[in-house]
Amino acid sequence: MKIALSGIDSRHPAARPDSVPAIRNVSVAIKEGEQIAVIGASGSGKTTLLHVIACALKPSAGHLNLGERDPWSLPTRELQALRGRLFLAPQTPPLPPRQRVVTAVLAGRLPQQSFIASVKSLFYPSDIPGAEMALARFDIAEKLFDRVDRLSGGERQRVGLARALASNASLFLVDEPLSALDPTRSKQAIASLTEAAKERGATLVCTLHQVETALASFPRIIGMKDGALAFDLPATQVTREMLHALYANKLDELNAPMPMSDELARPAAPAVMHCR
Amino acid sequence: MTPNSMTNSPGSGTTLATQRDPAWMGRVFWFLAAIAIAWPMLVATEFKPWVLFEPSSLKPTLKFLGDFVPPKVEPGFLAMVAKETWRTVAIATAGIAIAFLIAVPLAIISIRVLSVSALTGRMNLLPASVRYAARTIAILLRSVPELIWALVFVRVVGLGPTAGVLAIALTYGGMLGKVYAEILESGEPHATTSLLRNGSGRLQAFFYGLLPQNSAELTSYTVYRWECAIRSSAVLGFVGAGGLGQQMDTSMKMFAGAEVATMLLVFIALVWIADSASAWLRKALA
Amino acid sequence: MTPKTPSAANETYRLPKRLFDARCRACWFVFGLLCLTVASFATLDLQLAKIFSADSAARMGKFLLELTSPTADPTFLKKLWVATFETFAMSLVGTAIAATLGLLLALPASKTHDADPARGRGVTRLLLNALRSIPELMWAALLLISAGLGPFAGTLALGLHTAGVLGRLFAEAIENAPQNAAFALRARGVSEGRVFLYATLPQVLPQLMSYTLYRWENNIRAAAVLGVVGGGGLGQMLSFHMGLFQMPETSSILIAMMLLVALVDVASYGARRVMQR
Ligand SMILES: Nc1ncnc2c1ncn2[C@@H]1O[C@H](COP(=O)(O)OP(=O)(O)O)[C@@H](O)[C@H]1O
Ligand SMILES: [Mg+2]
Repeated sequence: MKIALSGIDSRHPAARPDSVPAIRNVSVAIKEGEQIAVIGASGSGKTTLLHVIACALKPSAGHLNLGERDPWSLPTRELQALRGRLFLAPQTPPLPPRQRVVTAVLAGRLPQQSFIASVKSLFYPSDIPGAEMALARFDIAEKLFDRVDRLSGGERQRVGLARALASNASLFLVDEPLSALDPTRSKQAIASLTEAAKERGATLVCTLHQVETALASFPRIIGMKDGALAFDLPATQVTREMLHALYANKLDELNAPMPMSDELARPAAPAVMHCR
Repeated sequence: MTPNSMTNSPGSGTTLATQRDPAWMGRVFWFLAAIAIAWPMLVATEFKPWVLFEPSSLKPTLKFLGDFVPPKVEPGFLAMVAKETWRTVAIATAGIAIAFLIAVPLAIISIRVLSVSALTGRMNLLPASVRYAARTIAILLRSVPELIWALVFVRVVGLGPTAGVLAIALTYGGMLGKVYAEILESGEPHATTSLLRNGSGRLQAFFYGLLPQNSAELTSYTVYRWECAIRSSAVLGFVGAGGLGQQMDTSMKMFAGAEVATMLLVFIALVWIADSASAWLRKALA
Repeated sequence: MTPKTPSAANETYRLPKRLFDARCRACWFVFGLLCLTVASFATLDLQLAKIFSADSAARMGKFLLELTSPTADPTFLKKLWVATFETFAMSLVGTAIAATLGLLLALPASKTHDADPARGRGVTRLLLNALRSIPELMWAALLLISAGLGPFAGTLALGLHTAGVLGRLFAEAIENAPQNAAFALRARGVSEGRVFLYATLPQVLPQLMSYTLYRWENNIRAAAVLGVVGGGGLGQMLSFHMGLFQMPETSSILIAMMLLVALVDVASYGARRVMQR
């Protein structure tokens, strides 16, 4: 899918209306089938950028085009259909703890399924081989029938990526896919991801904290700084100085691994009192 | 997806046989088991929803419900409802007050923290058995529902609020006693035991060590129970313990829909007020 | 504030705090409670003296003494067994109805995400509160007209009251569920019903089950007495035999009730343990 952003500003609904937008005046054009890494210090607006492209966050200014159409002027039905063709993989794998891996992976197919088919799939998984194939790409096919809460953080992250591959989206928006993976696994996961996107001609936008991996695996790099575009260059033209400027006074982040964002602490269940 | 790409990633390819869901048989089994259990249950409860829509039951129902609007708002009737509502609240309050008087000694006797002999190891036989007895009394009182106590007392002292107050007092006395003891035992016993070690009496240790530590929780639990007692007291009216429930029972037996509607609305409002008052109090105490 | 010219023997700050402080919340609270209690006792014309009179003490004593000799008459025990099973079935079916109805009502009663308009939320919550504030026994008395005497009225009564209770708890649980799984599906345009099935429900299911089991323990106690107003089960038998002052039978019924309650408590505890795995 082709993407065009011009002069996009966006702010979170929870943010104060008079605050500076989380991303400001971002203009990017992405061709169909392109693979792009977005880098930048934490808080620089990478996640926000992905959410804007995913139509999860409405821009407060500027123009967004997805596949030649402005999603926010579409009728709800068509907007939902468009959303079904893209895949947003949040940073923390969005998997309910007691769900089984196979169900979690097949949830990637929901937009293309009828309601009846999705309910049936809860009782007997609709496409076990498909789910297994997607998991095998990330080397965790043997966990197919395990429960998500019995997996390690890294395994959960790979299940989240397998869900992306199980879906037949034409645009992958992947947020920090490597934050819980060791270097070897990281390399393998990124390879699987880029390879799969290439096979199906899908566009891939991936935010990354591992600058070296980004430069090695992606032909085009976007640098974000304080909510604005710092650079948008082929990987070969990104210099050491640019990176230093990008991570100015956050140099530790340039080399140190990203701290895994802990899953939000569950609010305690409300205390219930009964009369007997 | 090309087969080539599949074999590129390690550990795949060979394991890719079409699998069956291992949980499937279990699911089928539990589904059938649920039906096998549900069937006799539905038979035992005479679960026949279509009965509700047979003309012989639908007609009186509709007539009764039709009477609901408008509710009866005649001044004399409203005055009676107000008086009975107060009686319901009063039965609950008086019942809780007596329950409190029953519960406090039961709780104080039954908690281990206040044992002097337990300070130096095992509790002596006599105090241990007294504690055990207090606990048993609390559990026995609590395990008989207030409605059954009310049936008993209506036969002993006759119809009227006395039976309701006593029924609430006994059941809630047992409940409060048990829960007070649990709350008092759950905290850190250090302050209390050190008072006891320094030679203060059990009641002194209770008032200076145990009570201040737990007073907020104890109060909020009691207030919550008071709210429950209001519902109970309305229900006890149905067996003749006075109050709103008794009037409702009478009106229902006469199929007086308008009267029932008024009383239901008043009762819902009463529960709502008690609910918000107790929620507010618990928040203020926390 | 200390006054500029000390007129008292002691500085004011050295004096102990005034005992009665208009802002002292606890004092007002205790005072209000005392007033309410005194007013209650004053207006109720209680015959507490009567219950401690020799006459009624003797009656009470006889009553309780007779309760200690339960009957074991086989034909009676057979009837008792049927009523016990009926009570058990009422609690189970009633709880199941309540869980289903409660979940159906909890969905419109909860605001699942920031952009959710939740239009029916106010109305549904009002309905849930109304269902909840009318006790089971009152529901049973109301339902006698349409469902007739017997366990069906009692079952429906349990179901309706408990649906109100569970519906509210379920709605709270659904609203408090972590958002990220649902967000990921919503971002792909998945409809709300399927977001619930695939993201929210698997997260809250253990909590919903544990609420339901707690309510089952509660409902077995309620089911045991619903029969007093004609709702079937042990209660109906109890009020019949107690009305005829047949104490041995009454005693057996009470024992059956306690055993049944204990059994359900154990079953529910076991089920909760199994679910925690
Ligand atoms: N939920 C939110 N509510 C309000 N402001 C937010 C929220 N999430 C992020 N922001 C703001 O948006 C900015 C960009 O955040 P984000 O896009 O998450 O950065 P990154 O992904 O690069 O770490 C942050 O500075 C933060 O202040
Ligand atoms: Mg981020």
